[in-house]
Amino acid sequence: MITLHQVTLVAGSFVLRDVSLEIPAGSHTVLMGRTGSGKTTLLEGICGLRPVQSGTIRIGSVDVTLLPPGQRGIGFVPQDGALFDFLTVRQQLSFALDLRAWSAERQKMRVQTLAAWLGLTSLLDRYPQGLSGGERQRVALGRALSFQPTVLCLDEPLSALDDDTRSEVCAILKEVRARTGITLLHITHNRFEADRLADRILFLRDGHIEHLTQHS
Amino acid sequence: MGLSLLSGTYVVLLLAMIGADFFYTTPGHLWRALGSPEIRYAIRLSLLSCSLTTLLSLWVAVPMGYLMSRRRFPGRALLDALLDIPIVLPPLVIGLSLLILFQSPPLRALERIFPVTYAIPSIILAQFMVACAFAVRTLRTTFDELNPRQEQVALTLGCNRSQAFWRVVLPSARRGILTAATLAWARSLGEFGPILVFSGATRMKTEVLPTTVFLELSVGNLEAAVAVSLLMVGAAVGVLLLIRHCGRPDPTSLHPL
Repeated sequence: MITLHQVTLVAGSFVLRDVSLEIPAGSHTVLMGRTGSGKTTLLEGICGLRPVQSGTIRIGSVDVTLLPPGQRGIGFVPQDGALFDFLTVRQQLSFALDLRAWSAERQKMRVQTLAAWLGLTSLLDRYPQGLSGGERQRVALGRALSFQPTVLCLDEPLSALDDDTRSEVCAILKEVRARTGITLLHITHNRFEADRLADRILFLRDGHIEHLTQHS
Repeated sequence: MGLSLLSGTYVVLLLAMIGADFFYTTPGHLWRALGSPEIRYAIRLSLLSCSLTTLLSLWVAVPMGYLMSRRRFPGRALLDALLDIPIVLPPLVIGLSLLILFQSPPLRALERIFPVTYAIPSIILAQFMVACAFAVRTLRTTFDELNPRQEQVALTLGCNRSQAFWRVVLPSARRGILTAATLAWARSLGEFGPILVFSGATRMKTEVLPTTVFLELSVGNLEAAVAVSLLMVGAAVGVLLLIRHCGRPDPTSLHPL
């Protein structure tokens, strides 16, 4: 479970004040709201990419408010994927494993598993410049999942994709959740995408979580 | 039509200028120039000083360009303007300012242990003052253009700030770093004004290639001056091609530089 208690975040002159919410473990929660409502700021706060001015953020029973991003166990997929253009797909998938000093054999097995799962096996030696939009997002997803995080934060990962590719990545996201039981927090503007994937929809309006929709 | 004529005239003048050098000299002149011990010393010193200056410039410009691009701090606008001073200042003034600076008591004391003025270190310092400013400008633009999300993703994957910089930011900026290095090298190769004032023009001591051109011209040896100029034209064209190659990413490439 992700628990935010009266969290205040600042992004330039924008202030997101006293946000409290609970995201159940294993849920796929979609966060919606107008452009500039603070969705990305909130996501950055949870990921540790933006300092929390006040309040606390807990993941499970651990208070992560002051922990650096890499120690929170959160995978992050930004809108454009933000792939490292100097690494092959294989190197992107093993980047976090290398940082954790996994053995070469263990890294290889994990990369093969992820690649097979995400349909990246034939692309492992390609660089991002040679990938389509959908392929790039699948690599970004694989990279974020590689170190087996407990939470996956997605910032409009499907917004730049065409309808067919979007459906394909939606199916992958459903499978990710089914296979890993990971907690997903997902920002989108697309109501169809939210209805298709989410079991909870949150609306961020005027700096406050205003409306909740619970899907059965 | 008028614009084409104007542009065409400039390009023709440019080519004619370089062509004039080529047609003025002969392979014999070039060969004789390369055989001269003074000119060979100038080539060696130019290559050595330009390379050292480039390394020093990158050492300073990479962190400074990154700082200027990614951090907001008091006095940033002032620092930004200060960094342009070596670019806009007349070269002779840079040399004169360095000369006066090294007349101050602390630096005169330093010179008793480590001679700088009218010695080889002065050449590197004079080149560095200008080349570094160009390298900082180039790298700042490079870091401005890099997607900060890549760095943020690296942090969530387990990097600390330092690892994110070394493992993600620097490799992503490789084209800009190479462009900054070639620019710094080329600027250093052509630097003359500050070196003349701060290092002097002593043969076989503080003689770099522009100094050779100046010295050969001053004794009326136009053939040798042109031959050395052609060497510098060749180096400049090489650097230009390298910058063009580095600065133009190939979107169809499957393999980055």
